[in-house]
Amino acid sequence: MPKIMSLDELKSLRDNVKNKVDLREKGENVDEMVVIRVAMATCGIASGARDIMNYFADLIREENVNNIVITQSGCMGYCYAEPTVEVTLPGEEPVVYGHVTKEKAKEILDKHIKSGEMVDGIIPVAHKSIDE
Amino acid sequence: MSKYTMHILVCGGTGCISAQSNEIVEQLMFHINEANMSEEVQVLKTGCFGFCEKGPVVKILPDNTFYVQVTPEDAEELVKEHIVKGRKVERLLYVDPTTEEVVSDSKHMDFYKKQMRVALRNCGFIDPDNIEEYIARDGYAALGMALGMTQQEVIDEVKKSGLRGRGGGGFPTGLKWEFAYKNKADQKYVVCNADEGDPGAFMDRSILEGDPHSVVEAMAICGYAIGATKGLVYIRAEYPLAIKRLEKAINDAREYGLLGKDILGSGLEFDIEIKFGAGAFVCGEETALIHSMEGMRGEPTTKPPFPAESGYWEKPTNVNNVETFANIPVIFLKGADWFASIGTEKSKGTKVFALAGKINNVGLIEVPMGITLREVIYDIGGGIKDGKKFKAVQTGGPSGGCLTEKDLDTPIDFDNLLAKGSMMGSGGMIVMDEDNCMPAVAKFYLEFTEEESCGKCTPCRVGTKRLLELLEKITHGKGTMEDVDVLRELSQVIKDTALCGLGQTAPNPILSTLDVFYDEYIAHIKDKKCPAGECSALLQYIINDKCIGCTACARVCPVNCITGTVKQMHVVDQEKCIKCGACMDKCKFKAIIKQ
Amino acid sequence: MSCESCNNELANDLYAQLEKFIDELPEKRGALISVLHKAQSLFGYLPKEVQIFVGRKLNVPVSQVYGVVSFYSFFTMIPKGKHPIAVCMGTACYVRGADKILDVFKRELGIEVGQTTEDGKFSIDALRCVGACGLAPVVLVGEKVYGRISTAEEVKKIISEYQE
Repeated sequence: MPKIMSLDELKSLRDNVKNKVDLREKGENVDEMVVIRVAMATCGIASGARDIMNYFADLIREENVNNIVITQSGCMGYCYAEPTVEVTLPGEEPVVYGHVTKEKAKEILDKHIKSGEMVDGIIPVAHKSIDE
Repeated sequence: MSKYTMHILVCGGTGCISAQSNEIVEQLMFHINEANMSEEVQVLKTGCFGFCEKGPVVKILPDNTFYVQVTPEDAEELVKEHIVKGRKVERLLYVDPTTEEVVSDSKHMDFYKKQMRVALRNCGFIDPDNIEEYIARDGYAALGMALGMTQQEVIDEVKKSGLRGRGGGGFPTGLKWEFAYKNKADQKYVVCNADEGDPGAFMDRSILEGDPHSVVEAMAICGYAIGATKGLVYIRAEYPLAIKRLEKAINDAREYGLLGKDILGSGLEFDIEIKFGAGAFVCGEETALIHSMEGMRGEPTTKPPFPAESGYWEKPTNVNNVETFANIPVIFLKGADWFASIGTEKSKGTKVFALAGKINNVGLIEVPMGITLREVIYDIGGGIKDGKKFKAVQTGGPSGGCLTEKDLDTPIDFDNLLAKGSMMGSGGMIVMDEDNCMPAVAKFYLEFTEEESCGKCTPCRVGTKRLLELLEKITHGKGTMEDVDVLRELSQVIKDTALCGLGQTAPNPILSTLDVFYDEYIAHIKDKKCPAGECSALLQYIINDKCIGCTACARVCPVNCITGTVKQMHVVDQEKCIKCGACMDKCKFKAIIKQ
Repeated sequence: MSCESCNNELANDLYAQLEKFIDELPEKRGALISVLHKAQSLFGYLPKEVQIFVGRKLNVPVSQVYGVVSFYSFFTMIPKGKHPIAVCMGTACYVRGADKILDVFKRELGIEVGQTTEDGKFSIDALRCVGACGLAPVVLVGEKVYGRISTAEEVKKIISEYQE
């Protein structure tokens, strides 16, 4: 580790390591966050859920959006529609999307999350999510 | 770039480690690996969550699920259910004892609702062994800011915050720094007092275990402000985990260039060395502490000269306690005005208390100054254990006194506690119920101070011994009314004449209990009874007619003082009975009573 | 006496380690307490001979070494038992009945606080707050922590765990 030689260097290190505690800080105020929950049970992972989750993480970092928490959930029971992603806007009911691809992910972020317009691919919710 | 989407935080404070939290971490990691989730789920050991009563505590983020009393065997279910399937493990969630409802999110627990975490801001949140997590939480930015100010400006900021010493005395921290700053010398020292001596207080240890870097950073800020290049942490050798984490923090800070020469390119030189205590309560007193660091007996000397003029090796030395230091970085990050907006007129900020004794939620709490005792005991503490009646709360440890029912609505701050005959002390808060005998509690503290008296001055060395003898007499039912007068007078003399804080405050537990629980002393003296039923010399174990003659008590009695034939009522020989209570514990029929 | 000679060899090795520790100190001034910590961790206790050795090496009067050793409760001149028992007597443990638990240990083992049983198996100490107040009353045997010990039966069970 090279020594930190100035306050600016300290700040840039801080920005680089911020993500280590970011999830926890957001979790403390999870009620005010947009939560994207990717189903990561065996069937989800097999259908590419891990890539989708990573893609969301990359997107959010690129676009520098700070009010989104990406996390995982277990099997939501829609094995036919994996990868599935549940999106919860603050104070609203969760919405579940099935067959999520990278393109769909981008659309969800741009339309649903940023401007509150639902996009195609919603699965009617019949399950109980982890918070209920 | 971390891709973790879930964090599992396991409490790694001494209390939880005693209850196998290390094994829980291992098991969680093992099962996360088994489930092929190690890329997504991070398991980490943090400092104390504070909720020691229900430890070990495991918290899962970002959904903020709070599991209590977890065992290593539960790890598999936690991973398979919560992590893999996304279902909470109901049986491990916290159940509110009053409403009997399950509370899964710690934010909604009464224990946390009224707390405000400043000194403990990172405890239970970051991995204390990872300097980058501390930096991610704006760690060392306060040092960076201080280095951009003049020394006087740094001191003024601390003065403006209104921060007062958290070790017990409550002396304004900024003023203390200023004294040390103004005394010119070729070498000065910053000392962190981590010799937590109050039996039943563990806040300093928890801070060092949970967030050691905040103390390291604050010491460096202080070093800059007063012009010292050397820092020393005087820590109890009985705190192995805190020592280990602090050592790592110091080494990491050196490696990152945050300690050593030319810190952050400012030219500041500052480094920290650890000195071990060896178990002497008096070493919490700053002059005694300094002598102990010099390798000598930890005996206090008269002040003046104050350490700010002549301290460690006769050089100007600034001594602050761990919790005081832990507040410093926040004062710079959020501003002195922000800090001064919390608390009461003369006591700013928050205070950490170790809440213990006969209370439902034993733990480490941090509350804004000015909160009432009622809120602490009933809202945060969850009330008295086993539905018993609240009797008193002891604050300030062996130097403090007792507060009772009538003080429940007094706002807690330095001055109010002093006015009530107690003191803030370092933050021990021991709750007592109707079964605790107050003269016996006073005796407990005097046993402590008598043993810990360093012996240098006569009022303390001989005086505490005489006080203890009087209390022993009274609790054995052999006291007289004159003894009460002698207790009072002798206490006053010791207060007025002892050399250091230990002696001067040693009689406080007696004076305070005499004041508030005079009737109990009288009961011991005149009626030869202990109303609380704690003083064994005044007790008798008696077997009543519920006895079915099962002989269990007779078999368990270590001195064979219980006699009787099978299926007949048994009898205790009061002459031989040593009042150990083993028979009462053993009896399944509640046939043995003590009175 | 072969046994004694191997004991001596062991002791010599410990003295050598202690000497090395002292010689490598950057600063001898004020180092007495850290040296005694090291010595106690090596020998297990601080007998007269060790104190004399430390005094000579640091060039401090033995009376001063003894003064320091006897002042601090962490230092002991009696070897601890193979299974050192420590009962927490912090206030939190006290108000939950630790004094009664200590009495049971004393009675069961027939020794007082600070003593070691004749067979060298157990010693009893009362210590001030290990900080596991949530588990009060707390008993330590070596490094193992036993929490919420409240009856004589539980005490006997702990002792029997260590009785071969």
